[in-house]
Amino acid sequence: MSVGGPAATSGDPADVLATVVRQEWGRLTALLLARFRRLDLVEDALADAVETATRRWTRDGLPDNPAAWLHTAARRRVLDRLRAEAMAHRKAPLLIVEAERVEGSPVLADPGDLVEDDLLRLVLMCTHPALDPAAASALTLRLVLGVSTADIARLFLVPEPTMAARITRAKRKIVTAGIPFAVPSADVLPERLDTVAQTAYLAFTAGYAPGSGPDVVRTGLAGEAIRLVRVVLALRPDAPVLVALLALMLLQHSRRDARVDDSGRIVLLPDQDRSRWHRDEVDEAVRLLRSPGLAGPVTLQAAGYAVQARIAVEHATARTAAETAWDRVVAHYDELVALTPTPSARLARAVAVAEASGPHEGLAALAGLDDLLAHSHRLPAVRAELLTRAGDRDGARAAYDLAIERCGNDAERALLLERRADLRPDRDGAGGRGGRVTPTA
Amino acid sequence: MRYVVLIAYEPGGWAEASHEVRQQHVDAHHAFERYVDEHGRRLSSAALSDADLATTIRRDGGGSDVVTDGPFVELAEQIGGYYDVELPDLDAAITAGRLLPRAYTVEIRSVVGVEGYESL
Repeated sequence: MSVGGPAATSGDPADVLATVVRQEWGRLTALLLARFRRLDLVEDALADAVETATRRWTRDGLPDNPAAWLHTAARRRVLDRLRAEAMAHRKAPLLIVEAERVEGSPVLADPGDLVEDDLLRLVLMCTHPALDPAAASALTLRLVLGVSTADIARLFLVPEPTMAARITRAKRKIVTAGIPFAVPSADVLPERLDTVAQTAYLAFTAGYAPGSGPDVVRTGLAGEAIRLVRVVLALRPDAPVLVALLALMLLQHSRRDARVDDSGRIVLLPDQDRSRWHRDEVDEAVRLLRSPGLAGPVTLQAAGYAVQARIAVEHATARTAAETAWDRVVAHYDELVALTPTPSARLARAVAVAEASGPHEGLAALAGLDDLLAHSHRLPAVRAELLTRAGDRDGARAAYDLAIERCGNDAERALLLERRADLRPDRDGAGGRGGRVTPTA
Repeated sequence: MRYVVLIAYEPGGWAEASHEVRQQHVDAHHAFERYVDEHGRRLSSAALSDADLATTIRRDGGGSDVVTDGPFVELAEQIGGYYDVELPDLDAAITAGRLLPRAYTVEIRSVVGVEGYESL
C-alpha cells in the first residue's frame, strides 16, 4: 500500500485531516526521512504542512489525495529549509541539487513494499535499544502514529514541557549517536522486534497503572499502544512476539469498561460485569493465539506474552468467575514460572493454586517469596485473604496490617481496609465475601 | 560516524588471568579489529595504565589547583583502554563492541564537533 491510497475528497475538512494524520503520519514521516535523513526538518515540515492544510482545505476544499497533498507540502518545506541552510553555510549545494533532481520522481506511485519498508525502518529507529525505553515509547507514538506531544504528555500524565524535553532528547540521541534508519539483518531482526514489542507494552501498561489519574485518559494510551502493534504487525504479519503481544493487550483491554465502577473504584476481576467485556476483542485474541507462528520455536519474550495471554483467555472465556478452569490456569502459570521465574509470576501462580486446590495449598505456594517481595503489599494482601479462607483471622489481620502499611495506591488501600474491617471476630465462616484473592482488575 | 569505544573492566583481571583467558582476550580484540577494518577504519587505540596510577588535577575555582595521586572517582570498574574508530552507524559500533572480551563493559560514545570551534 502506498501513501495516499483511496482519496477521501468529501466530508468535513477537519475530520478528513484528522483521519489522514492518524492513518498516514508514520508513512509520510518514513517516506520523507528516507529521502532527506533529517529527523529535525522532517517532523517540523510535516507539522507545518498539517497546519497549512487546516486553513487551506477549509478555504479551497479538499484536495483529490489528502495524503499526497501533505507529502508534497512537507517535501517543499524541507527543501526550503535545506536551501536556506545551504545559503547560510554555502557548503551543501550538492545536497540541494540531488534533492531537486529527484523531486519530480513519482514517489507516490512507488510499489508499496518500499514505503512499508521505510515505515518499518522508522519504527526500528524509534525503538532502538540504545534509547531510554520510556522516551522511545513516547517518540514512537509521536513519529509513527502522529500523536501530538501535548496528547502524549496527557496520556503519560506528565507536564507537556517535560514530555517535549524527553522527546527532544531522544531525537538528539538518534542523530548524535548515529542510530540508523535501517532494517537490521535477519539474524538480529527478531530481537529488534522484541524491543518494538517491549516499547509498545511499556506504553500499554502505563495506560493501566491502576488508580492514578482519570481512567478514560489511560485507556486512550492503551488504545494507542494497540494501534502501534497493529501497524508493525501489518508490516511483519508472522512475527510471533507481535502476534502474542497483540493477543495479550486485546484481552486486557477488552475489560476496560468493567474495571471501574460508577464511583471510580476498581472492580476486581471476579466481580466484573462480564457483559461489559468487549467480546470481539476476546475473539480476535483467541484467533491470534492459534496462529501457526506461535507453534514453532519463539523467543523467550514471545513465549512469555503467549502464556500470559492464554491465562487471560481462561478468564475471558469463562462464563462466570465460578466457572473459571483454575486447573488449566495453574498449568499455564507453571509454564510461565518455568519461562520467567519472577516473584510476581510465582505470586500469581500461588493465587491460582489456592483457587484450584484450596487455601492451604495456596499458602504453601507462597513459601520463599517474602525475601524476594520485601516491599510489595500484594504478597501480604494475598496471604491475608488465604489465611481468612483458612480460618486464621488473627493471622489474616496481621497480614492485612502489613499490606496496608506497604500499599501506596489509594484505591487499593481502601479495598484492603475494607477487607480487614470485614474480619470482625464475631463474623462466622471463613470465606469472606466472594473470596477475592487477586488484586488484578 | 566516529566513535570512541571505552573499555571498562575489573582491576586486576588481566594480571590474574590464565594463559587461556589471556588468549581469548587477544582473539576477541583481533575480531573487533577485523570487523572495524571491514566496515570502517581504526583511527587509534590504547590500553591505559591502571587507574590507581592516575594523576588528578583538582580545580578549586580559585588559583590553587591541587595535584593528587589516584583517579578522581573510585569505582568497581575502571576505564582500561579505548578504540577510536569510524563506522557507518551505531548498530555497526554495537556489533563491533559485542566482539570484545566478555569481561568488559563497553561504552560507545560518538565524537561530535564543538560548534564554533572547528579545530577542536
